[in-house]
Amino acid sequence: MIQILDIKNISLNFRHKSILSDVTFSVITGEFFVIIGPNGAGKTSLLKVLSGLQKAQHGSITIKDKNISKYKRRNLSQIMAIVPQQIEVGFPFTVAETVVMGRSPHLGILGMEGKNDFHIAEEAMKFTEVSHLAERKLFQLSGGELQRVIIARAICQQPEIILLDEPTTALDPSHQLKIMDLMEKFRQEQGTTIIMVSHDLNLASMYGDRLLLLKEGRVVETGVPKSVLNRELLEESYGCRMMVDESPLGQAVRVTPIPDKYLHTY
Amino acid sequence: MNMPIGKKIVLTSLLLGTVLILISIIAISAGSAGVHFWETLGFLAGKSTPDNATATIIYQIRLPRVILAAFVGGSLALGGLVFQALLRNPLAEPYILGISGGSAIGAILAMLMGLSYFPGVTIFSFTGSLLVLAFVTTLAGTTMGNTMLSRDSLLLGGVMMNAFCAAVIMFLISMTRSFQVQHILYWLMGDLATMQKEQLPILFLVLPCFLVIFILARPMNLLLLGRETAAAMGINVKNIVLLLLIITSLMVSIIVSLSGLIGFVGLVIPHIFRLLLGPDHRLLVPSCLLGGASYLILCDLLARVLPSSGELPVGIITALIGAPLFIVLLLRNRA
Repeated sequence: MIQILDIKNISLNFRHKSILSDVTFSVITGEFFVIIGPNGAGKTSLLKVLSGLQKAQHGSITIKDKNISKYKRRNLSQIMAIVPQQIEVGFPFTVAETVVMGRSPHLGILGMEGKNDFHIAEEAMKFTEVSHLAERKLFQLSGGELQRVIIARAICQQPEIILLDEPTTALDPSHQLKIMDLMEKFRQEQGTTIIMVSHDLNLASMYGDRLLLLKEGRVVETGVPKSVLNRELLEESYGCRMMVDESPLGQAVRVTPIPDKYLHTY
Repeated sequence: MNMPIGKKIVLTSLLLGTVLILISIIAISAGSAGVHFWETLGFLAGKSTPDNATATIIYQIRLPRVILAAFVGGSLALGGLVFQALLRNPLAEPYILGISGGSAIGAILAMLMGLSYFPGVTIFSFTGSLLVLAFVTTLAGTTMGNTMLSRDSLLLGGVMMNAFCAAVIMFLISMTRSFQVQHILYWLMGDLATMQKEQLPILFLVLPCFLVIFILARPMNLLLLGRETAAAMGINVKNIVLLLLIITSLMVSIIVSLSGLIGFVGLVIPHIFRLLLGPDHRLLVPSCLLGGASYLILCDLLARVLPSSGELPVGIITALIGAPLFIVLLLRNRA
């Protein structure tokens, strides 16, 4: 069990407001790691700090036994790819052009892709099943297709870690499963570490190896889904009543938030 | 068009390069003392020698002017392309960060002081443009309080400075009784007629700018996707944005100090090529450079030969042709 990412005592303030305080955890190589927590808990900020897009005021981040500040942006991007919450589709790039941009951190100074780069991009598109969309423009795609294109771009980057920020939030259940299955399959085939921010506690429960529960910038609990998805912890963090039981599918817990009108039946 | 990007760049550049050469030769041939197209080609290739009068017209007047038009057109189109990408705003043009206002005030002051076009007006206008640029970028840098120059503060700062400078310019013009008013108006509309052979070496200062912008074409593609996405794909956003801003502003300032404010080329040429070739800057940078050059040579030619006497300011022609051309392309693209 090798740690690929080690975070120690991270604190982040923005305009005298504390966003993250004293966050400590580590991620193991090849792990499916899910960060959960209520809105405004600092999940996205944490992801930005992990990827070096934002600098924390205190604490240290170690990636592959090397402090993050010792990496050049380019080298960091060879190790880590990010699938952001929202992406810009205003300029009419095609799907193929977008995916091959993932090769950027690996290209020379003039930035011309070679045969090998196009081959990697084709494989990535095949993997996320968007090959048939190759010549389409980004703004012509549906939400699920767009998400798979951006994941293909991340895969094309050939990273050791993929960070995803709520990749399933805007999708219907079947597309949610498709995205999650893609990530799970990629992890098993390539041994890539997956770090995902998610609002969907049940997906987190079914796919995550370990979860981290964040509340108001602090780590509430880290561990296997069964220990983090604990009724008291969840109710306290999310501020609503929850039911936690064994999923009928087995091997996973199921979380059901309880609306007021059902409280009497509970 | 599913060919490798390198091949695409070479083919497009060859095509546009040929167009540029043809238009240049036509522009050198045409005028009140017309020379035949093939004759001009012969002179330029050194195959035959023109008589004295023709030689003077070609080498002292028309050739420098065509070279100036080429550099100005290419630089303005390139400047517009870069600013449209950096500010992610389709209305951005090379003057948007206050370059036009600053350089115009400088140029007008120099003219009112009775300085000669070169070096007086050129130096004043270049200095004016740099002062305004320094002000706008510092403003954008400090208002953000962050490491990245925010595109909104840049854009707003530039627009405000240009508006402020416009007021100063109107004030200067309305206060003056000088015969220079005509010159000032021509300068504000852009004028290539003041070019002298001695100024040519200054133009070569923009060549390194072209090279740097071409090298930064791929990072510009990534910047279109947003600064964070660009950073996530290995781009040192802060450095690249700053470098592009400085290089492009310098290039445009040099050009403006020689030609005055020629409008529209920098706005419309990048859009036309984006419609024709797509958003990839590795292809757009050389295309805008060559296409912008050809376009301004053509416009300047028309500005010279259309009126029965005298010349039109070239800025009028650039807009008269450019706007309808762009609308046609837009409609065609939608269909």
